[in-house]
Amino acid sequence: MALSQGIMAASVVDCCSRSWSALALGQNVGPIRWISLIVTKTRKVLTIQASTAEEPASFGPSSQKLWTPKLVTNAVATKQDAPATTGAKGGHELLLFEALREGLEEEMERDPTVVVMGEDVGHYGGSYKVTKGFAEKFGDWRALDTPIAENSFTGMAVGAAMTGLRPIIEGMNMGFLLLAYNQISNNCGMLHYTSGGQFTIPCVIRGPGGVGRQLGAEHSQRLESYFQSVPGLQMVACSTPYNAKGLMKAAIRSNNPVILFEHVLLYNLKETIPDEEYICCLEEAEMVRPGKDVTILTYSRMRHYVLQAAKTLVSKGYDPEIIDIRSLKPFDMYTIGNSVKKTHKVLIVEECMRTGGIGASLRAAIMENFFDYLDAPIGCLSSQDVPTPYSGPLEELTVVQPHQIISAVEKMLSE
Amino acid sequence: MASSVAARKLLRIARKPWSPSAALSVKRSGSKYFVEAEDPDLCRTGLGGSLFFRLFSSLGASHDSLLHCNYEENAEQRAAFSGATIAYTEDLQFVSKLLPSRIPCFRVLSELGKELGKDVPQLGRTMAQKMYEQMVTLQVLDNVFYNAQRQGRFAFYATCTGEEALNIACAAALNDTDTVFPQYREPGVLLWRGYGLQEFADHCIGNYQGHGKGRQMSIHYGSSKLHYFTISSVLGTQIPHAVGAGYSLKMENEKRCSVTFFGEGAASEGDFHGGVNFAACLEVPVLFICRNNGWAISTPASQQYRGDGIAGRGQAYGVRSIRVDGNDALAVFSAVKAARQLAVDNNEPVLLELMTYRVGHHSTSDDSTKYRDVAEIRHWTEKRDGVARFRNWLESKGWWNKTMEEQFRWYVRAEVIACLAAAEAKNKPPLADLFSDVYDSVPQNLAEQETQVREAVRKCPEVYPTDVPL
Repeated sequence: MALSQGIMAASVVDCCSRSWSALALGQNVGPIRWISLIVTKTRKVLTIQASTAEEPASFGPSSQKLWTPKLVTNAVATKQDAPATTGAKGGHELLLFEALREGLEEEMERDPTVVVMGEDVGHYGGSYKVTKGFAEKFGDWRALDTPIAENSFTGMAVGAAMTGLRPIIEGMNMGFLLLAYNQISNNCGMLHYTSGGQFTIPCVIRGPGGVGRQLGAEHSQRLESYFQSVPGLQMVACSTPYNAKGLMKAAIRSNNPVILFEHVLLYNLKETIPDEEYICCLEEAEMVRPGKDVTILTYSRMRHYVLQAAKTLVSKGYDPEIIDIRSLKPFDMYTIGNSVKKTHKVLIVEECMRTGGIGASLRAAIMENFFDYLDAPIGCLSSQDVPTPYSGPLEELTVVQPHQIISAVEKMLSE
Repeated sequence: MASSVAARKLLRIARKPWSPSAALSVKRSGSKYFVEAEDPDLCRTGLGGSLFFRLFSSLGASHDSLLHCNYEENAEQRAAFSGATIAYTEDLQFVSKLLPSRIPCFRVLSELGKELGKDVPQLGRTMAQKMYEQMVTLQVLDNVFYNAQRQGRFAFYATCTGEEALNIACAAALNDTDTVFPQYREPGVLLWRGYGLQEFADHCIGNYQGHGKGRQMSIHYGSSKLHYFTISSVLGTQIPHAVGAGYSLKMENEKRCSVTFFGEGAASEGDFHGGVNFAACLEVPVLFICRNNGWAISTPASQQYRGDGIAGRGQAYGVRSIRVDGNDALAVFSAVKAARQLAVDNNEPVLLELMTYRVGHHSTSDDSTKYRDVAEIRHWTEKRDGVARFRNWLESKGWWNKTMEEQFRWYVRAEVIACLAAAEAKNKPPLADLFSDVYDSVPQNLAEQETQVREAVRKCPEVYPTDVPL
């Protein structure tokens, strides 16, 4: 790859990892594992493949070598200010759950060690139809229906991952995965470390979470708050069909355990996505709308509420910069930082509860790194510290609404 | 409809992709069709209820005949529920809490090491001697390391005193490539597979050469090379891991078995029940080996369960089980070998309950004389020790004697002490190992945190240990 292209790639994706950017510039960064990095801004794909001579001790059966570099030599990184455009030429329209299914299906076709397990994921096709048709196509064994024991089937996936498979665990609802907390934190997150790097756990844990429509307290949980402290886990949240498919594929290919948070009310979101293969960077935030007045950081369903509020804000003459943080652990401090340096004001809009949510951690991280660039305290709109009620109007009161976002921005910008 | 056409149609409807073993045949009697099943409990796949409904509706039978259908001619009236096919009874009677007698305990040697019965495994001198030497090594290792911990040379230790025979016999009966998911009282399996004394010492000391890179507690060994999966402290979590490994091994079709060890206390954990149930439903080759050693720290087995121990649970899950005298090395060897063959040949789980006794304390953080009789401990040490029993058997065969015993013990003890001293002299893992392996590569936030730690060390070097390379 030409050095000039390497420099362009490095500048766009420098946020992801020190070792990645150094690699793009042709430096030796010592022993690194498989890396694939994709430029997402223009929907064109630039892949750099890296590896070491030795692979992790227990990485898969001997038939591994499945990373095929796909190089688009005329890929051009857009300027940092430009938004990720959604108006692609060609492509096909689908709903978010279909995008998840497409990503999952492509990965299962590509790599025979990828398996899905969970309740009703087999012949029933999944409670939200993400695995519809998989049992017929891949067989009962690779689309495995499990008995109802979340801790046990998550443990099963950990064991399978340590012996060479790449399992995807589907929680019927994210809240049920609280039963699997022990396996997720003590084993998924920690076994790679405590084994001295001998065993890897390349699994994906996914499922619908967030506040739905009158689903009651136990079905309306935001587990990203609870899991964010667990060392060894990566967490991403999808919000559009495009990033749902891209993040699903990236999560499956990652050697780390990744939790992919989907939102129960976004499954029927429609979008046109590219026909060609692409993956999204797991550690990267998405620039939804560039602006200069205020940085609004959000993720998952709140992104759409923020966009709705933005319409009104723009018509009132404000210019908010909207970033979908996507990567909940670790945060993409590069994209966020550049935005803060530009706007000097930050508003976080989330669905987590006030105490111990993603917003709380993000606030701390921004304050620690970019205090000098802030003109005002970081605002944070989140849900109250209450269980989500069943009653419709009460439930609506616990979720941040667009008018609250508008008021908060106006207040912030009037001071 | 011609009978052969109907029969073929019935068979086609009945055949499901995931129960190829369901053998069905169709018989006709007048206007009624009878589907005979090899296994009347096909309904675990939901087949029975839905099958009958479809069969009879496709043949135009009335709803009444659905209720009175039979699997076999002349059988009692049975009810087809989707959970099971069961016979009716008009007697109000509860099933008793326990079977009339407990599952008996399989043994091959008497307490004094005399051969009993006809199933004595033919081990051969080399194998038997190797087994015994490894049992002794384990005893000496435990003894030296326990005392070293007491002297403050490392933080924590737990012995497997009283269970050495069990450890080595299980290890010897398995294949070296079988995946093992231990609890923490099975270092014998590692020893058997070639984990060196120096490696044991390095891990417990937590120096840079330990396979865990100083991150996991003492005795929580792990070796991917020897297919011994790193121990996690939380009880029972390894049980579903073993099932997942069994699932993976079944895909490989390589005739390897997945094995997990746990105590009778850990068998109370939810993961045990989930894991065994899963293994039965998925039909994977897993051995569930329970070391029933009578004590879970201070909780005796009598307070741990009310049923017939752990072996008694097997049938409830549809899993073959056996109870074995865990201090009889030959019996354990036979049973584990046979169980392994069953598991691998039939792709099914097997549950083994090895009855033994935890002679030592739970760990160095425990003093068991506080909750149990010293006389009890002495009884098991002097009269029912598995290593002594095996030694008696060896001596009766002329394969061992007192001189060999003295010499071997002296030699192993010197080795272990030397390895421990060598381990202590080595450096601890470097600072960078605090941050590596959390993920596959070190992310930005951890790199920053490492920089902060290094800065702190640079400012106050006198506060930081000198044996941690920077």
